[in-house]
Amino acid sequence: MPNAKIIPIHGDDPIVPRLVADLEPDVMARLMEFWEFVQRRLAGDYSVDDFGFDPEFNDKILMALVRPLYKSWFRVEASGLENIPDETGALVVANHSGVIALDAVMTQLALLDEHPAHRHLRMLGSDLVFQSPFLGEIARKAGHTLACHPDAERLLGDGEIVGVWPEGYKGIGKPFAERYKLQRFGRGGFVAAALRTKTPIIPTAIVGAEETYPMIANATVVARLLGLPYFPITPTFPLLGPLGFIPLPSKWFIHFGEPIHTDQFPDNAADDPMLVFDLTDQVRERIQQTLYRLLMQRTSVFG
Amino acid sequence: MGRIVLVTGVSRYLGGQIARILAKDPSIDQVIGIDVVPPKVKLSQMEFVRADIRNPVIAKVLGEAGVDTVVHMGVIATPRQAGGRATMKEINVIGTMQLLAACQRTPSIKALVVKSSASVYGSGPKDPAMFTEEMQPRHTPRSGWAKDSVEVEGFVRGFARRRPDVAVTTLRFANIIGPGIDTAMTTYFSLPVIPTVLGFDARLQFIHEDDGLEFVKRAVLGSYAGTFNVAGNGTLMLSQAIRRTGHKRVSLPEFLFTPFGRSISSAGLIDFTTEQVRYLTFGRVLDTSLAQTTFGHTPMYSTPQAFASFLARREVSVA
Repeated sequence: MPNAKIIPIHGDDPIVPRLVADLEPDVMARLMEFWEFVQRRLAGDYSVDDFGFDPEFNDKILMALVRPLYKSWFRVEASGLENIPDETGALVVANHSGVIALDAVMTQLALLDEHPAHRHLRMLGSDLVFQSPFLGEIARKAGHTLACHPDAERLLGDGEIVGVWPEGYKGIGKPFAERYKLQRFGRGGFVAAALRTKTPIIPTAIVGAEETYPMIANATVVARLLGLPYFPITPTFPLLGPLGFIPLPSKWFIHFGEPIHTDQFPDNAADDPMLVFDLTDQVRERIQQTLYRLLMQRTSVFG
Repeated sequence: MGRIVLVTGVSRYLGGQIARILAKDPSIDQVIGIDVVPPKVKLSQMEFVRADIRNPVIAKVLGEAGVDTVVHMGVIATPRQAGGRATMKEINVIGTMQLLAACQRTPSIKALVVKSSASVYGSGPKDPAMFTEEMQPRHTPRSGWAKDSVEVEGFVRGFARRRPDVAVTTLRFANIIGPGIDTAMTTYFSLPVIPTVLGFDARLQFIHEDDGLEFVKRAVLGSYAGTFNVAGNGTLMLSQAIRRTGHKRVSLPEFLFTPFGRSISSAGLIDFTTEQVRYLTFGRVLDTSLAQTTFGHTPMYSTPQAFASFLARREVSVA
């Protein structure tokens, strides 16, 4: 640091230890800021919302932990961010794949880092998530909640961006041979929630997550013993033990598609099952088409 | 003619407080307090009847005094204060049955206000993030105070059906906290080392005692029939609340937590029921918009402020 000595404010102060004085002022400021952050966290001096979402913990700790994965490992390219509103609510509906829900986490980070309004994605997860120790706790702190009508409608009504993965376990637990083939879309509950709150649906396609953990078999007996929906066998897991947890460094693309508006339908449209089915199919079809298009453009899996 | 109000459970903290507040109100002629034990502090401006609501004598008191409003504050949450779980259940369940039976026979009764608890919703991983009044519990409480509250509400609904002319207000309170009240929660947060369930962090909600009393008072004076969630705005995570107390936290896996909780509750240190352990694992948050709009009152203390008010008392008592 050649210019450190000419900063008089630190040089003249006898109380400040030399080591600190020699630091660049911005490093110093950042250290102080970090120290204050730690102090504040330890004193419980922060706020969470009614869902248990802790924005500070999410943005500064959780997202910072997965950011290297996003930037350097998967080199995620997000597009179509202009389709996500800046302030109002929207329902992001995406394909699900890759054994553990890394695709959901990457989508969350894409919206936080790359959207001009730095939006938080509030996902709807299965009850298994909230039953599990640690996982449930972290999911709540990251802003996610149980996939149920009241929660979906409450979040959308509050103007939040809500994320759903309607394929659920059928999507993340499907064999590698079926990659990029959308599974059945649940009961279309997400469409009903969007209709009731008149929020747009954003069909979203994620390419790259299928190749992170290519699932060559499902050990159903083990899964049943552990009470899990599936137990994956990949080329590296459980063969290489903990090393098998390392995802393959596939290149990812996330495309947020054009919104499907729900505000032109009548007030009780959510109670019309035919309309709900039609809209569900329309969303599913859009995602599938976008997936094919992105796959065609992709030159190599690890590009 | 002014009103005559009967308050049950006046020898306990909240019952005594609400009786005192109502006695001061000009629209109320007379407040009759009732409890099994005499009040610890002198209750001025009101008549105290030492009687057991489990005894049919209550019907005579109601009829002779011409009571028009009954405020049922006698549902007890703390077995330690009641003298054991069996007594507590007696008082809560049989007491409420007797009280309501007496009310049904008393034609002068026009309003009934019941202090219930948000514990009727249970706690669990399948719960929605916020409970509204019409939601059914996804994990029905099976023990303790929570189960008593469910039964009490059942009797109250039955009463409301049989006496449609009576305005019945059921207030489902979140944990009441503040400088004066002692509950299982205040004891829990006063433990030098606070046990939690490993891998879980509950969402908690509190209502300050002053706000709680304000809602009861408004329910008596305004007569709003219905069931209402009452809690301070906002949420605290259990971990966050413990950090604010400045105490140590020890996380135990669930299979150790329950036996541990049982052993410290049998040692008489704290009331730890299965329901409470579930609450401290999964938490529960209420949607309170209905109560706030109907009663026209926004709690003065948010959940974090109510908790701070409880902590402030502790600091004073330590000093």
